[in-house]
Order: sequence, then C-alpha cells, then structure tokens
Amino acid sequence: MRRFIAVIFPLVVALAGPLRAAEVSSFSLENGLDVVVLEDNRAPAVVHMVWYRVGSADEPRGVSGIAHYLEHLMFKATDELEAGELSATVARNGGSDNAFTSYDYTGYFQRVASDRLELMMKMEASRMDGLALVPEDIATERDVVIEERNQRTDNDPGALFAEQRRAAQYLSHPYGIPIIGWKHEAEALTLEDAVAFYEQHYGPNNAILVVAGDVNPDDVRKLAETYYGVIPPNPNVEPRKRVIEPPQLAERRLSYADPRIGQAYVIRTYLAPERDAGAQDEAAALTLLSELLGGSATTSFFAEKLQFESQTAIYSAAFYSGLSLDDTTFGLIVVPSEGVSLADAEAAMDKALADFLETGVDMQDLERIRMQIRASEIYGQDNLSSLARTYGAGLTSGLTIEDIEAWPQILGAVTEDDIMQAAAKIFDRSNAVTGWVMPEGAEELMQ
Amino acid sequence: MIRVVFAALMAVAVASPLKAEIDIQEVTSPGGVKAWLVQEDSIPFLSLQIRFTGGASLDPSGKRGVTNLMTGLIEEGAGDLDATAFAEARDGLAASFDFNVWADAMTVSARMLTENRDEAIGLLREALVNPRFDEDAVERVRAQVLSGLRSDATDPNSIAGQTFDAMVYGDHPYASTSDGNLESVSALSRDDIVAANRALLARDRIHVGASGDISAEELGLLLDRLLGDLPETGAPLAGPAEPTVTGGVTVVPFETPQSVAFFGHTGIARDDPDFFAAFVANEVFGGSGLQSRLSEEVREKRGLTYGVGSYLVNYDHADMLLGQFASANDRVAEAIDVVKAEWANIAANGVTQEELSAAKTYLTGAYPLRFDGNGPIARILVGMQATGLTPDYISTRNAQIEAVTLQDVQRVSARIYQPENLQFIVVGQPDGLESTN
Repeated sequence: MRRFIAVIFPLVVALAGPLRAAEVSSFSLENGLDVVVLEDNRAPAVVHMVWYRVGSADEPRGVSGIAHYLEHLMFKATDELEAGELSATVARNGGSDNAFTSYDYTGYFQRVASDRLELMMKMEASRMDGLALVPEDIATERDVVIEERNQRTDNDPGALFAEQRRAAQYLSHPYGIPIIGWKHEAEALTLEDAVAFYEQHYGPNNAILVVAGDVNPDDVRKLAETYYGVIPPNPNVEPRKRVIEPPQLAERRLSYADPRIGQAYVIRTYLAPERDAGAQDEAAALTLLSELLGGSATTSFFAEKLQFESQTAIYSAAFYSGLSLDDTTFGLIVVPSEGVSLADAEAAMDKALADFLETGVDMQDLERIRMQIRASEIYGQDNLSSLARTYGAGLTSGLTIEDIEAWPQILGAVTEDDIMQAAAKIFDRSNAVTGWVMPEGAEELMQ
Repeated sequence: MIRVVFAALMAVAVASPLKAEIDIQEVTSPGGVKAWLVQEDSIPFLSLQIRFTGGASLDPSGKRGVTNLMTGLIEEGAGDLDATAFAEARDGLAASFDFNVWADAMTVSARMLTENRDEAIGLLREALVNPRFDEDAVERVRAQVLSGLRSDATDPNSIAGQTFDAMVYGDHPYASTSDGNLESVSALSRDDIVAANRALLARDRIHVGASGDISAEELGLLLDRLLGDLPETGAPLAGPAEPTVTGGVTVVPFETPQSVAFFGHTGIARDDPDFFAAFVANEVFGGSGLQSRLSEEVREKRGLTYGVGSYLVNYDHADMLLGQFASANDRVAEAIDVVKAEWANIAANGVTQEELSAAKTYLTGAYPLRFDGNGPIARILVGMQATGLTPDYISTRNAQIEAVTLQDVQRVSARIYQPENLQFIVVGQPDGLESTN
C-alpha cells in the first residue's frame, strides 16, 4: 500500500549515487570556478547548473531567509539583463529554469536543447557578479516569499512542527533556523541585506558549474572560459566557518497540537554524523540502518513489528540523509493505529528499537537492500538531471568527486557489524528530540 | 535511449522549431494484447506502463472508495505469497511496481532489470491476476485509507477541490473523491473489493507503453504472460459528466493564515478543431513559468501569491479549464479581482502576436525535452493511446502548434474564457470576501 499519508514528509533516500552512465570529467578555471562535465549523448539536451557553496546556514544572525530571498532576487535585473529576462529567454528557447536554496547550498539551473548552452552560460555568468537590484523589485518579491512561506509552512501544521523540532534539535548550529526564514525576520529583509549577502558569497571562486548532457568537455571548457573565466574572483569569499553544535546531554521533548492536524503521530530525530570527505563509512552504515529499520512500508523491521505483528501503527519509517556539511539527523516516525495513544505508540517504537538491537541484522533483509543498491546504479543512469544534482549537492556539502563516486561501493561494503555498531551508538535518547503531534483537543487522549 | 532527433540544430539564441522523432513500434502479442514500444538497449532495464481505463468511477453506488482500496491492496499479497513475502520477492529483484488510481483509470508503473525480468514479470502477473485480498491486509490498508481521509478533512487544498467537484459534477462519480468517505470505506467488504477488481482489470480496458531494453517479440510474449489471463471485459464505464458551472464565489471558512483558491469552469474537448489554439492561448494566459499573464499580474507585479496557473484538463468524461493559487487571508480578495479581470481581458481582447510567438517557441522547444528517460517515455506512450492519438503524433504535434494563428487564438479565447461562468472556491478566512452562491 503506497497511499501517501499527509503527515509524512517526503523521505528522500538516495541509496546509491552516480554512476557510469555519463562520462565524468572535471577541471577548474583560474578564477577558482570548479567545473564538472557529465557527457551523455543519448539525447540532444543539456542541464546547466551553477551551485554556490552558500546556504541558509551561512546567514548572519537576525536575517534568516536572506539566502533564499536572494535566490528569488537573482531572477531580477543584472548589468546585462532586465528583470525576468533570463527566465523569459530560457522559455523562448523551449527550456525550463528554476533555483533552489538549502542549508548548505544555493543552485540555479536550466534544462534546454544542447545547442543553447552558450546562451545559458552567458546569462548565468551575468548574474554571478552583475546583479543590479532596484528597490521596486525588492518589496514585491518579498511579498512573494512571504506567500511562499505561508504556503509551505504556515498553512501546514506538519511543516510548522518540523520548524520547532529542528530548532529544538540544534541549540547553536544554524540548521535550527528555517531555510525560508522565521516569518518576522523574512518580512523585514531589505535591499541592503540582499546586496551584502550577494557581495559576501557570490563569485566564481565560491561556485561549481555542472553541465550534463550532450556536450563534450573541451567545448564546455572553452565556453566556460569565455563567459565565466572573465569574472574576477570575489575577494570577500572566505572558507565557511560554522559554529559547532555542542554535545547533546538531555533528551528534548515537544508536544504540538493544532486543529488542522487530522492524524496524530510521534516523530523522533537523533543528532547524527554526516558524510565527510574521505570518511563516509559511518554515514554508509547509518544509511543501511535506516533502510533495514524503516525503509520499506512492508518488509522493514519497523513495519514487521509495529504494523504487522502488534498492529500498533498504520505507518512507520526511519529516515536518514548523510548529505550535509555539518551534523545531520537520523529520524523515526510512527503513526499510531486508531485507539492507540501516542504514549503507547512511542513505547512500541522503543520496544522495536530494543528488539532490533537485540536480534541484529537479518541477512536476507541486508541482501535485498544490497541488490537494490546495485540496481539503483543501473536505474540511475536514466536520469541525467538527478545525476547532475548528485554532484552539485555532494560538492557543496564538503565531498570530493572521488567521495561521490566511491559512495555506491562504500554502501555495498557495509557489514552487519558496521550496522549494529552504528545502531548501538545512534539510539541514545539523550541525543534525541521526540515530538508528539496531534489534533487540538486530543491532548488528553494521547497520554 | 531517448531517441529524440532534432531536425535543426540552429545557432544559439535562435528559437527554431524543433522536431522530435521517436521510434515507436506498435506491438501486438501472439495473444492479441496491443502495446507501443520504444526499444532502447543502452541501459539494461525496462519501464512498463499499463493503464486500466475506468478507474474509481467504476465504484458501484454506495461503495465509494472501493476501487481505491482495491488498488491499495493489489500488492498486499498475491498467489502463494502474503503481503510480506510478495514485497520481499519484489525488493529482492530490485523491481518496483507502483499502482495509482484516480477517477478515470488505474495505472501500473513497473520498472525491472533485464537480468531478472522473467521473475519480476511473474511476480507482477500474480498481483494483477491472483491478488489475495487477505482479511488482515484489508484491515491494515483500510486503516491507512481512513487515516488519509481524516487528514484530508483538515487540508485546505483537499477541501477546496472536493467543494468544487461536489458543486460542479452533479450525480456523476466525479462529484466525490475517489478515496471515498469514512462511512463508505468502513462498510466495504472483501466481496466488494473482489468485485471492484473484477470490474476494472480486464483486457478490453488496457493500454500498454514500454520503453527500455526489450525487443518487440520479447515484449509480445511478456504481455501474454502478464495480461493474458485477465477477463475479457470490464464493467460498463461511467457516462459523460456534463459539468455545470454558473460562476461566483463560495467561501468555505477554515482557520488558517493563507486562503486556498480553486477556480474554473468547463473547457474544450481534446478532439475539438480549436484545441491547439486553446492550448496555446492558455499557455499565454496561465501556463508554466513566470511568463504567463496570471503569473505576471498576480505574482510578479503584485506579490500576491507564490504560484498561480490555469490548466486545460481533459478527463475521460469532462473537459475543464481549472486553476489555483493561495494568498494570505487579507490579500486573497485582491488576487481574485486580478484573476477575474485577466479572465475578462483575454476573453475580450485575446493575446498579442508577441505573446503568441513566445508561447509557440516555448511549447515546441520544450516538447522534445519531455522524452526524458524510459519511465517518462512509457507514460507518454500510454497517455497518447488513452487520448486516441497515433504514433505519428509525435512528429506532427509541433507543426500543429506552429499552425495556430493569432486569429485562431482570438476566436478560441472568446469562446473558452467565460468570465460570467468563472467559479471560485476559497478555503480560509478571507477578508472582504462573501459567498455569492
């Protein structure tokens, strides 16, 4: 049964990564721009992406949302382009374009016929150092961002709670601040804030160009030198300095009631290590642990214990993504069956965890997951945009190309002992945030 | 492989009409099952898309939600395998089978490796031909459906869509959600589910699209094995929906900071001679990207929303022109005024030559980029068959877009945009907005 349950946020688990479909090459320009080319000639199309090594976690205190707001403003005027001209030009060439902001990166991309690559580079280079913001564009676009926040977060009690949960998870690290910004801060962002952030972080020496599709690396290099190579490095760019999250000593517990919640659930996240350059083994073990414990709605350990045996839950899952510059989280979620309180659901979840630690890895389960990892290398060859994102996200999260390419092998080499060691270490309640989310008025019933 | 061949590779910045050519083979299996195939051998896997026409609109009276529940149960045990054993077998092959159902159809999206394709097809066959519908699985999945219904009841988007449907489609199945309601789903029996399965999964309801590492001959044999044992005929299909939309605003009070607005009225048939003109007109008006008139007026100029669009929607039994956006409670009334004004504007004045040209170059250029991998190609092949198109449509479609004249667009705009019939459903606490109907 795959019906999407509204309380569940998308679980993005990229089991493996990139593969041999495309020929991968990379080089750097003198101004510091790193370039990755994924050559795949199956279709005369290209994905052109520029990733900046800056995200919401690099914002100064008090101006949360500025990285994302600036991402919106990057579609306004530059020295060479009018506001909206870049997107309109992409559309007139039959392409699509968009952008995204995360904690650790900001990316801009176009997907278009491969003979339009030069035009894409010309325009993208224009906004790498030539953004020319004017006050008129500022206020309207800030309203758009507030409506985006309304739509994504304020109208969605699950998303509102996720903000609270992350804020509780990170005492000091900026991963505790929402990417789109706290509402009161996002409403107060100014032209000066945007310009200051742009001048601090944007430039070829803080960017990665990823070109994927029907191109050859020599042509890409020539075009990149012509359009990006002439941009001087930005002297303001500094290596990222993030505060270090202090060790967590006490479990944090949250309880959230909202009349717009139709289905109660319990969710717990543990602070967890991420994939680091040259050191991805523990993250690989955690990735497999999350798959074994709660990766499948039917065959995972949680599904078996909570949904099939005890029928405490109608849905359960574990989730983990190691792709992060700093400490990430390992999560568990249980949606109780009707008549089961959140207290009982949480107790059943803890019992299942204890059972897992006791019984260990089922080797047949592990073999199935290894098979899926191997298969994802084959399936993954079919989606070039996804492949390009894997490189961009990996490189802006502190990994090297070698790390990214080694990931499937590292996943495949994880042993049952590695998984159990990772499990023994991660499931420490003093390292967790546990949340109860429920309809308003149901608080007592949930005890 | 994505066998898209651009006829003309023009110089950069010149928006040339691109031509997509995809090599579609029409396959008929020895047993008579028809399919379209795009053979692409470079990656050793197959994407298979199967559509069973009829969907949740086959629900018998009083059994609302049964087709949806049945679809949720297809993979929950089949043949000798219970739900867990089936999932273990599927995952062990690294195959995936996704079942989806909506008002018009159930679809199966399957993906399997060449190296174990026979086993994967054998497993999928059991799900399609021998589903078990074990009592414990029925109760488990029923509980999931009921949970989803409870969540939808407090979701402004679901409320808006359901309110619109109930208002527009009279006593047609389209008037209520395919998921059913708490009462109807709670009352469904195993016999109801078996009957729903029998009603929908029949050979005269099938469209198949395949893309990937397989020959026409292999595909024919595969299809006979997979689908050959299904019954010949399904239950009678629902008739035309005959939607009635009279225009106005309906506010559904709901405590939330941002109001969700759904809007629309009837649209234009897919086989109408003016369909392409309407399609181009709506691209100018409410199409994708920030260049559309709605996006320009509501988002870019006024900052009233994060996203707004309008869509020509061709269901099997109704043709609609629909749209949606969300705006803060104190701004939604203004946004609705802007949408209404634009609706009246395009109906009265059509579009400009410049807008028409820009929409054409976007639509013709974007078309080849859709054929982006085996899964998308298999879905497109099924969509084309369900729409009644022929394989040569792919090579002629852009020419039909190009042939649309400004005169065509003006004529069709006056016809399809009907300001007096435009109905809004607003879910939230909108300031200064009253229900008119």
